[in-house]
Amino acid sequence: MDRPKFEIRDLSYYYGSNRALHRVSLEIPANAITVLFGPAGGGKTTLLRLLNRLNDLVPGTRLEGRILLDGKDIYSPDVDVPALRRRVGMVFALPLPLPMSILENVTYGPRLSGLKNSKRLLEIAEKALRGAALWDEVRDRLHEPALSLSGGQQQRLCLARVLALEPEVILLDEPTSGLDPISTAKVEESLKALKKNYTIVIVPHSVQQAARLADVAAFLLMGELVEYGPGPRLFTRPQDKRTEDYITGRFG
Amino acid sequence: MKEKLIEAVLLGLALTAILSLFVITAFILQAGLPLLISYGPWRFLTGLTWAPTEGEFGILPMLVGSLWVTVGALLFGVPLGLAVAIFAAEYAPSWAAVAMRPAIQLLAGIPSVIYGFIGLKILVPLIRDNLGGPGLSVLAGSLVLAVMILPNVIAISEDAIRAVPQTYRDGALALGATHWQTIWRVVLPAARSGIVAAIVLSMGRAVGETMAVIMLVGNSLRLPISPLDPATTLTSNIGLEMGYASGAHRQALFATGIVLFVLIMALNSLASLFRRRPASA
Repeated sequence: MDRPKFEIRDLSYYYGSNRALHRVSLEIPANAITVLFGPAGGGKTTLLRLLNRLNDLVPGTRLEGRILLDGKDIYSPDVDVPALRRRVGMVFALPLPLPMSILENVTYGPRLSGLKNSKRLLEIAEKALRGAALWDEVRDRLHEPALSLSGGQQQRLCLARVLALEPEVILLDEPTSGLDPISTAKVEESLKALKKNYTIVIVPHSVQQAARLADVAAFLLMGELVEYGPGPRLFTRPQDKRTEDYITGRFG
Repeated sequence: MKEKLIEAVLLGLALTAILSLFVITAFILQAGLPLLISYGPWRFLTGLTWAPTEGEFGILPMLVGSLWVTVGALLFGVPLGLAVAIFAAEYAPSWAAVAMRPAIQLLAGIPSVIYGFIGLKILVPLIRDNLGGPGLSVLAGSLVLAVMILPNVIAISEDAIRAVPQTYRDGALALGATHWQTIWRVVLPAARSGIVAAIVLSMGRAVGETMAVIMLVGNSLRLPISPLDPATTLTSNIGLEMGYASGAHRQALFATGIVLFVLIMALNSLASLFRRRPASA
């Protein structure tokens, strides 16, 4: 395997005096799905949000350690943060379409960075919607309001919106927590297809989903990385007792 | 038993407060309506001459004066207040936001006569020497009112901005928007109804302010055309003349009060309409 996309080195993170992550070291490989899982309050979402510096605006936080993207520290002072966030896109637990048309939603990011050519925007939109496995369902209604879509379609729209930025990494924070099983399956299928071209990091909403998706899995407990490794191995033969207890449902 | 008693006492007190509204309304209507009807409401509102000794009661110059002063106050006060609110809610480190709050509240606690005094001593000569005119003018009134409405504008719009869910900001930031793009294209539109409420309430405050305005606008009964013209407002005219008015003159001042009352009631209802509407974005 090539050099990892993300290298997280000795990362600790504090909200005020409250420690959310404690000395986490982890490598996230390119073109694979990395799953961050564990019980609530374990620091999964925090870790995810640190990967594209989304916590920058949260007051009273402190970060120790380093996060390298392609070998470069993303927290060094000369980093262009909006540009970083275009390279490292994020999909949230709740689909949050903007109150505009489907097409405008998908092209929102490119338009933010100044792209105006409508033909080019349409191409980007089609590619992104295909990538999110939504194109066939919305191709005839691109100008309808995004809020008229079903929950599952809205979440895939949000995925498409991120894809339209042509990122290198896609972060997903429990993207299927509000979806029914069929929509969930569709989103998971899209993700598996996307990993050929993207690095994907996901906080799944269940252990089952973690096991279904993980090429690499990392188990976080109370801000500490208990263990990580290839998904199939970690879910069948966990090395740490705590991991085993969690995935067999004895706690959490 | 004791519980019931407390409840009854509180109910009584609450009713007293509401009752005072009805008493005031009834009193103003009773004192002002006769003249409004006999003189003719249209003639009253659009008349250009206010000459109580000759029985002329046209309040258009004052209506225009109030309008001018209010619009001017909003023009200066709203952008400034909004900027402060955005800074406090989005940019300021939490200690600075915490320190700003009481300072701004203090601004609301300064008596209006002090505002008027400062305006008279500093602003009026400045306007007279640099821009011309008598100095006592619509502009002087507007500028001081702008400062007086700041606490209102800031407090309400800051609350509105803070009430925008963090998920909205996250969504925009994660799409590569800069902090400012996020504020301008997502946060402010989502906070729109609260900000509009802040503006409308401030409008009511500006229309109703009397003392500082009396001291600054020059109290001329001519129709003000330029911002440098002196003017009279609905409130300043009542404040100045009520002391010695009698008969029809007194009734005309109460009729002016009715106009003012209706105006401010309308503005407040408008504001609560905007406030009640949930943030949509």
